Amino acid sequence: MGRLTEAAAAGSGSRAAGWAGSPPTLLPLSPTSPRCAATMASSDEDGTNGGASEAGEDREAPGERRRLGVLATAWLTFYDIAMTAGLEQFSCLSLRSSWDYRWLVLAIAMVRFYMEKGTHRGLYKSIQKTLKFFQTFALLEIVHCLIGIVPTSVIVTGVQVSSRIFMVWLITHSIKPIQNEESVVLFLVAWTVTEITRYSFYTFSLLDHLPYFIKWARYNFFIILYPVGVAGELLTIYAALPHVKKTGMFSIRLPNKYNVSFDYYYFLLITMASYIPLFPQLYFHMLRQRRKVLHGEVIVEKDD
Amino acid sequence: MKHYEVEILDAKTREKLCFLDKVEPHATIAEIKNLFTKTHPQWYPARQSLRLDPKGKSLKDEDVLQKLPVGTTATLYFRDLGAQISWVTVFLTEYAGPLFIYLLFYFRVPFIYGHKYDFTSSRHTVVHLACICHSFHYIKRLLETLFVHRFSHGTMPLRNIFKNCTYYWGFAAWMAYYINHPLYTPPTYGAQQVKLALAIFICQLGNFSIHMALRDLRPAGSKTRKIPYPTKNPFTWLFLLVSCPNYTYEVGSWIGFAIMTQCLPVALFSLVGFTQMTIWAKGKHRSYLKEFRDYPPLRMPIIPFLL
Repeated sequence: MGRLTEAAAAGSGSRAAGWAGSPPTLLPLSPTSPRCAATMASSDEDGTNGGASEAGEDREAPGERRRLGVLATAWLTFYDIAMTAGLEQFSCLSLRSSWDYRWLVLAIAMVRFYMEKGTHRGLYKSIQKTLKFFQTFALLEIVHCLIGIVPTSVIVTGVQVSSRIFMVWLITHSIKPIQNEESVVLFLVAWTVTEITRYSFYTFSLLDHLPYFIKWARYNFFIILYPVGVAGELLTIYAALPHVKKTGMFSIRLPNKYNVSFDYYYFLLITMASYIPLFPQLYFHMLRQRRKVLHGEVIVEKDD
Repeated sequence: MKHYEVEILDAKTREKLCFLDKVEPHATIAEIKNLFTKTHPQWYPARQSLRLDPKGKSLKDEDVLQKLPVGTTATLYFRDLGAQISWVTVFLTEYAGPLFIYLLFYFRVPFIYGHKYDFTSSRHTVVHLACICHSFHYIKRLLETLFVHRFSHGTMPLRNIFKNCTYYWGFAAWMAYYINHPLYTPPTYGAQQVKLALAIFICQLGNFSIHMALRDLRPAGSKTRKIPYPTKNPFTWLFLLVSCPNYTYEVGSWIGFAIMTQCLPVALFSLVGFTQMTIWAKGKHRSYLKEFRDYPPLRMPIIPFLL
């Protein structure tokens, strides 16, 4: 019973910071407020709903374990294994074992490519279908939060998944000239290693057999992988800027019937700038999680 | 007369913060908060949340000590709500901003559009009309804040003012930029479209009527809550179908403004506002249902029959 609680608490603790451990690109909300939707309703004109703090008072106590039904546990286990496992037709290897690790497939494909070709040029092209498929499939994680079988906030997960999809579809897919940049390999490696660790961690947590080294990996790898992933993403966006400016892609100019304009170039600049406030918040949050989980420190959060 | 003893503990650390003896049984929570402030002056009453259970709901200022489920030694738990700011201050600031900012764009103050457009005026009538409507709307809001609204709570957390002002001021600037732009395109259906929008602006009168009706439900300085009912004013008849007709009329007005200006940012602002007001309306509706057994069943929160 003790192990179940510990594993589940670790699981729910990590789910509560579900994005953590994988270098996300955008997270405009404070990582310490899991129920960010509650604060939106804070300034009611008539005041009967009270201030944000009172909305916060009705939040669940942190660390309160969600009791998952059997069905939900089974589905989540399947999902986590499936995310680590691959689907035969998208893998360029055909591993016969029943556990094709999705991100492992990607990792192996990348290593194989590099060993065969000796260069990273063309690497993205060779793995892009698999990458796009699996990263888009991660939209399912938002559904998990919506229907409540995972205790993470929908908004936190939504932002995390959206930022990954942004990187994959709006940058590397759409701006072909930058696909052979070294920075692309940089964030792909960071994402791959993080996701393998993260999904293995979830899988083993759900199954109640969590080897210590996986927990250790999940809470230590990010120390290097976060900055590496962020560097890769930023350098890639930076490399894409000249192409965006030249082609004017995804942009609308005035005058037009709906009196609106959008400049993708400036949008990317703002996105890059947003890393400055966001990244340290996430990083320090993960460091605090790490101290809590690995060293059993009791940390009293500022906003409960 | 039996006196009570009150000890106040920190809700998170359970640390003993204050001990009050010889407290009158008919003392209110407000009076206890004042006593607590004497020993901890940095926690003025507005930022104190006292409750019977560390994780429970806040006690109201009007609650009387004697009527609470406590023994003669009462234990209250304290939570700091953070720096507080008055509702009136927040409302005035968040509404004065859009009024002022829109005018900066309307008069084409330097450094917004190209230099050749500085202080020029638009040749489209609708642009001038839009400025009048937008300004009227925010002047109305400011006046209502000063003379009409009766707030349940005196204060809200300080960080709300930054959040709210960013929202109002940001959207005002974004909308104003396009409506007053030298390359602005007037509505596709011309004068007809503008006239339709002006007709829709009758919702402003509706919104004002509801604010007045709500004000009349509550005597000055009190915090009483009553079920609002239709009055002689036809605009209040919407109360038959909706709990928060003020929000209904507000959404209507902004849709009118979007039609008048044919500007996508205005439509987006209306959509975001509608979403927020729906959340508030649903909350209000739920509070009404919880508090009043005889609440009219036909009413929906914000949109008749639908939402």
